Amino acid sequence: MSEKTLTRMDLAEAVHAEVGLSRNESADLVESVLNHVSDALVRGESVKISSFGTFAVRQKSARVGRNPKTGEEVPIHPRRVLSFRPSHLLKDRVASGNKR
Amino acid sequence: MIRSELIQKIAEENPHLYQRDVEKIVNTIFDEITNAMSGGSRVELRGFGAFSVKKRDSRMGRNPRTGEAVPVEEKHVPFFKTGKLLRDRLNGD
Repeated sequence: MSEKTLTRMDLAEAVHAEVGLSRNESADLVESVLNHVSDALVRGESVKISSFGTFAVRQKSARVGRNPKTGEEVPIHPRRVLSFRPSHLLKDRVASGNKR
Repeated sequence: MIRSELIQKIAEENPHLYQRDVEKIVNTIFDEITNAMSGGSRVELRGFGAFSVKKRDSRMGRNPRTGEAVPVEEKHVPFFKTGKLLRDRLNGD
């Protein structure tokens, strides 16, 4: 495993290399894509990217949690969480690419 | 929202770009994340979230129909952890 960490910069570099836009504009477009995905999720929409996966917002109800250190009970408020469900293609690519 | 709607939105905001280039841009981003994870790398997008690969150890599984024990090989699965900013935004902060 290479165990590198990629960032926005690497995605922008890939867009720059693939499409030939300036590095600056490529970076702005990467940001814009992430913002559109985020905004849709904040509106409560699911975001389905075929052959990649689905981002969905789930509503969690209130429950009583516990501070594991002190044992003290603390209320956990109802909240919205994001779940990502990878597509079969992504799962297959990750499984085969990391096979020993 | 689906991939084509995302492409449409980006295209509307960037009238100077060809539609086919906008498609290429969106596809490149998700392909690049896929390739990174398939090579065992992480993709960290501050404020949005991080894509990583988790290892699942080999285990004895069971055929639910026959009850027969079957070995399940070690495997790697994609994982996404939501970034702090997006998590907060989902809850109206």
